[in-house]
Amino acid sequence: MTRALPVLSVLGILFVIWYAAAVWLNAPWVYDQAERAGTRVTLAELIPQTMAQDRPVLAAPHQIVAELWKGVAGQAITSKRSLVYHGFVTLQATMYGFVLGIVLGAALAIAIVQSRVMDMSVMPWAIISQTIPIVALAPMIVVLTSQLGIQDRMVPKAIISAYLSFFPVLVGMIKGLRSPDQMQLDQIATWNASGAQVFVKLRLPASMPYFFASLKIAVAASLVGAIVGELPTGAVEGLGARMLIGSQFGQPLITWAALFAAAILAGLLILAVGQVERAARRRMGVQE
Amino acid sequence: MSWVLGVLVFWAMAWTLNVRLAGSALSRVRAGRIAVPALFGITLLVLWEGLVRGLGVSPVILPAPTMIGVKIAGSLPILWADFVQTVFKGALTGYVMGCGAGFLVSILIDRSPFLTRGLLPIGNFVAALPIIGIAPIMVMWFGFDWQSKAAVVVIMVFFPVLVNMVAGLQASERMQRDLMATWGASYWQTLFQLRLPAAMPFLFNGLKIATTLALIGAIVAEFFGSPIVGMGFRISTEVGRMSMDMVWAQIAVAALAGSAFYGGVALIERRVTFWHPSQRV
Repeated sequence: MTRALPVLSVLGILFVIWYAAAVWLNAPWVYDQAERAGTRVTLAELIPQTMAQDRPVLAAPHQIVAELWKGVAGQAITSKRSLVYHGFVTLQATMYGFVLGIVLGAALAIAIVQSRVMDMSVMPWAIISQTIPIVALAPMIVVLTSQLGIQDRMVPKAIISAYLSFFPVLVGMIKGLRSPDQMQLDQIATWNASGAQVFVKLRLPASMPYFFASLKIAVAASLVGAIVGELPTGAVEGLGARMLIGSQFGQPLITWAALFAAAILAGLLILAVGQVERAARRRMGVQE
Repeated sequence: MSWVLGVLVFWAMAWTLNVRLAGSALSRVRAGRIAVPALFGITLLVLWEGLVRGLGVSPVILPAPTMIGVKIAGSLPILWADFVQTVFKGALTGYVMGCGAGFLVSILIDRSPFLTRGLLPIGNFVAALPIIGIAPIMVMWFGFDWQSKAAVVVIMVFFPVLVNMVAGLQASERMQRDLMATWGASYWQTLFQLRLPAAMPFLFNGLKIATTLALIGAIVAEFFGSPIVGMGFRISTEVGRMSMDMVWAQIAVAALAGSAFYGGVALIERRVTFWHPSQRV
């Protein structure tokens, strides 16, 4: 409880600030309406009216929750309006990209740790690749895949999300594979282990904590990648597409609901990775 | 076909040379450490050029590097105008404001351990969220011009800087703080002479993450509406017109800008935190 209290109170403060800001930002519209109708609004009338607009400048939290609930529970999950449906589309791309990113990152890390040439020639470019704003490349990847005859919208999104997620895995794995110290390396050498055995029995297990720590960053990054990948496609499905639709049709509530759905999805994904990590640790016999 | 064979031979030769270089004594000096990755990069470009020419890939799908170079040289004024709009006005303004705000807020909340404990988990969580989605709302609030782009960047860079700086302010050791106390140092003296310097490696960690985020934010926000200038605008319209050489020219500029931005911050970091073990060679 001692840990939850500060977090809850900060959340409470944020809530209060949010509501105050909603009143302040939405008030001009109410005054405007009242002036046109030739009436005057008192403060007591003003506040409820700022909380219940169809197109608020800043949506109040309860409006967002209501819109979220409408999107999640209010429709059949196969409906085009269902946030579950759109969330699932985004989740699929995220997962493909995440798996691709893990494979790519881990393979590169192993190559870099095993070979000095790879280390010297690839590592600087891997770092540079992350300073390139991926969103500039995103529309390009979308066009490229469609020109190559791949109609599936999933492919470009997965590539973009793999591009964002491979780097944390790469860095974490390199650190982890190099983490056994000289004493442990000497020890395993006295047991006459071959190079492959050193790798499988010492380096790989030693890298696991680093691997899982980087997975949590990578899964969040792949979700960002999948959402960014939905923006320039003029996508029709997915949470990114909902944000775009909300913006184009002047429906801020749709954008807010999609934004919060994405946040919830990110939280769930990080929790899921944490669960997998705990299970793996238990299997490996780590004492909690 | 000769193009394809030629580049494959070039690839094999460059790789062999790289293996030699990495194994030789040269790899321990600075020149070697730059030469090996440079050769790798050049090899990639040559492979790209050769494969595009040899296999007759249409420029609509993938233009050759030389074509992109010609396009860059031929449209410098447009590229410069887009660069100023997106990088200077959008990304840099937002970066300075967001990082400054993150820095100041971290010092404020650091005075209250209660707030720190509450804000850290939330900040960490928010830093992992796809904040990029706030872009359409910011465009609605601040209009199409660079102000909305800067606002997106402010929000995107704020949390990484805040979280890292809060961690940094706790980086000085108990013993060091006690020593400052025995010297009768005030809060501000301790802050400026011990805790801020100790926090610098953490701060720069956040600042470096923020450089990439700033460019991403500025470009993505342009997808949601922009005046008729800007890198994100140019990319989305030129993709529609299928002039891929212009898109690649913009990507090249974005890559250069991103790397230069990151490199610049890393250079300042080396000057400021020269005492830190990670900076000693």
